[in-house]
Amino acid sequence: MSHRVDAAAPGPERTSPVRAAVSVDGVTKVFNPGRPDQVRALSNVDLTVAEGQFVTLIGPSGCGKSTLLRLIADLISPTMGTITVAGQPAAKARLRQEYGIAFQQSGLFEWRTVLRNVELPLELRGMSRADRKARAEEMLALVGLPDFADHYPAQLSGGMQQRVAIARALAVSPPLLLMDEPFGALDEMTRERLQTELLQICAQTATTTVFVTHSISEAVFLSNRVVVMSPRPGRITASIDVDLPTRDDAARQSPAFFDAITAVRRALRAAPAVAP
Amino acid sequence: MNRAARNGGRTAIAALLGVVLFVLLWEGYKLVGSPDGTVLFGVRILPRADDLSMPHLYDVVRRLGRPELAGGRPVWIVVLHACAFTLGITAVGFAVGALVGLLLAVLMQRFRIVERGLLPYVILSQTVPLVALAPLVAGWSGNLSFGPYPWQDWMTVSLIAAYLAFFPVAVGMLRGLQSPPAAGVELMRSYAAGWWRTLIKLRFPAALPYLFPALRLAGAAAVVGAVVGEISTGTRGGIGRLIIEYSREATSDPAKVYTAMLGAAILGLLVAGFVGLLELPLMRHRRRVEVVTL
Amino acid sequence: MTVVRRVLPPIAFGVLMVVAWQLTVTVGRIAPFIVPAPSAIWAELVEQRTNVWNAGLASGLNALIGLIGGAVAGILAALVASRFRPLSEVSVPFAAVLNALPIIALAPILNNMFESTSSVPRRLVAGIIAFFPVFINTLRGLREVDPIHRELMHSYAASGWTFARKVRLPGALPFVFTGLRQASSLAVIAAVVAEYFGGLQDGLGSRITSAAAFTAYPRAWAFVVGACLLGLVFYLSTLLLERLVMPWKSRLIT
Repeated sequence: MSHRVDAAAPGPERTSPVRAAVSVDGVTKVFNPGRPDQVRALSNVDLTVAEGQFVTLIGPSGCGKSTLLRLIADLISPTMGTITVAGQPAAKARLRQEYGIAFQQSGLFEWRTVLRNVELPLELRGMSRADRKARAEEMLALVGLPDFADHYPAQLSGGMQQRVAIARALAVSPPLLLMDEPFGALDEMTRERLQTELLQICAQTATTTVFVTHSISEAVFLSNRVVVMSPRPGRITASIDVDLPTRDDAARQSPAFFDAITAVRRALRAAPAVAP
Repeated sequence: MNRAARNGGRTAIAALLGVVLFVLLWEGYKLVGSPDGTVLFGVRILPRADDLSMPHLYDVVRRLGRPELAGGRPVWIVVLHACAFTLGITAVGFAVGALVGLLLAVLMQRFRIVERGLLPYVILSQTVPLVALAPLVAGWSGNLSFGPYPWQDWMTVSLIAAYLAFFPVAVGMLRGLQSPPAAGVELMRSYAAGWWRTLIKLRFPAALPYLFPALRLAGAAAVVGAVVGEISTGTRGGIGRLIIEYSREATSDPAKVYTAMLGAAILGLLVAGFVGLLELPLMRHRRRVEVVTL
Repeated sequence: MTVVRRVLPPIAFGVLMVVAWQLTVTVGRIAPFIVPAPSAIWAELVEQRTNVWNAGLASGLNALIGLIGGAVAGILAALVASRFRPLSEVSVPFAAVLNALPIIALAPILNNMFESTSSVPRRLVAGIIAFFPVFINTLRGLREVDPIHRELMHSYAASGWTFARKVRLPGALPFVFTGLRQASSLAVIAAVVAEYFGGLQDGLGSRITSAAAFTAYPRAWAFVVGACLLGLVFYLSTLLLERLVMPWKSRLIT
């Protein structure tokens, strides 16, 4: 586990203002419009994620962070506004598989071996069997599970299953990684370990990441930008840049870390719940 | 010892114990029961214990070896032939019914309107005695034809078996196709996989634990449908007909009808065994899900 | 609003099917021995309604007695089996195997054991058929106890009987009703079809076969409709009973 600090940490925003990895413009999302159970999940949200950035969306339940992530993934469509991923509309980006996604449940197929699970997106892309296998083995090595290729998901622990899910998400080498509370179901120790590994992988693959969580410490540790959201209606209330000199276990005890946590906590507390 | 072997062993012990228990109960009742049965308030609630109504089990076994009629083939050969005949019909009916059930399940999963319109009928069809239609469908034979092929008796029986097998498969398979969690479906959507590929790669494999219990139910239903169908149509050569024939001779030859009964039981076991065999390669490493089809 | 959305498609579909059926038979001039027109069946049903009613009562009574007997036996057997672990381990596969056999084929034997003017054989067959789903499902319900509930009662130092009364039995109720739902339909089917094998002929089954023998097909179909109605009545009654006994359950059929 190397600690080449500068290279390991997600770098500051690259100064290429033209090409944003993700661009969310004036997006509003209303569920069940016109029905008695109508819900205004997001209201006039703007967000720009530059290439190579690690952005975390954080906020209390109902603030729309998961909704926003799903809008970026084109799993749902906005009621108003546009979303651009890698310079294309979100729908096109999905069809061209410009991103990889990981959820809170690993979503592994219990009837496939670990290796075959990682091969899934490659299979759907029509990659040849030999190429698939090689690539999948490479990804498993990247997440530290090379010996478990022939195991079934049920035989793995929760943390290991999530690592397989991450390997699967990265299998197609997407420029963008979307993660919806992937470590939410794991214990604290496993979570911290996986956070460190994730940072290393993202640095190695130079992936832009949008990460959703409700853990302040996780947000601060992982990202160089924390976007605070608040509910009713869902909107972005603050964007806090996190500039930690290092991102390793020592960093979790550093004053800069605690300062950043305080800043985020303040922003979360201060977020007014005001209807437009 | 792995789980499959343990379950198999347990079933074998259970079967053996059951047989022993049954023999004890049977012969025990013959020992203590009155030859006229027990009449309570004018209703006979316990059967007659004489040899005419309840032959000794050993007599039944011996009857298997002796000829059917004077100078005919041994009973066990006749019964076995009849079993094979009905088994063929059941197999055809089971296959057709299961296939149609599967197709309908896929259709219902694809189009919610079809599910909403048809599913209540499919579920309710299991609550009503549709097999009662058997004598009515029997009227088709000899009067219908598919072009050059005249409709035959056995086709009616197959149709009835197919009809009964269809419903549990349709319901069970639908539940199975709908079983993958939202995360799995969203994942496939994120891969821009269309409905068909999602069906093949996600929904079908996820549906297998639901399909096999349903297939077992369907198999048993197909056997019942075939037996009742044979009786309603009077189809010769099958076990249903044999049961009726032998039961008519019960006063003179009490043990014979029990041999036919044995044949029917073997039929049921064979079908159940077949589904169990299918399950072996396809359900390794999978847990089973008991699905409620009604 | 959602109730309409749920009820409308099947009703619309049903109406469509009946209309299509009627049209096909009349326009296609299909002979009644293949499939009679709904209008003819309805006419027969109205004309024969007393017969249908009486036959339905006879079959219904057989089914009811069989259902009650089989269900009670099934619940008691499950209670006994759940008390002794090895017994329950053995009886579940045994019951599953027995359930795979065509139990209805026992009808002729039972007709021999009892005299042929007795209703007991049909009721016995219905009872045996009803026994298995109730037994298997009740046993499963009794065996599956939420470990959290078990620990809670243990912390209250609750006796075995209290535990059974307050946790196991109420917890097993949904399973009992699952079995009862299946058993009610099966009992009706058994009661009707058992008559095809001979024995006392005063129920719907015999009416169907005799009408078919006289090639009075619309009448035979009318009796089949009567049998279907009987099955529905039993099934819906079970649903109603379930709703009364377990008002907290939101969805009756998962």
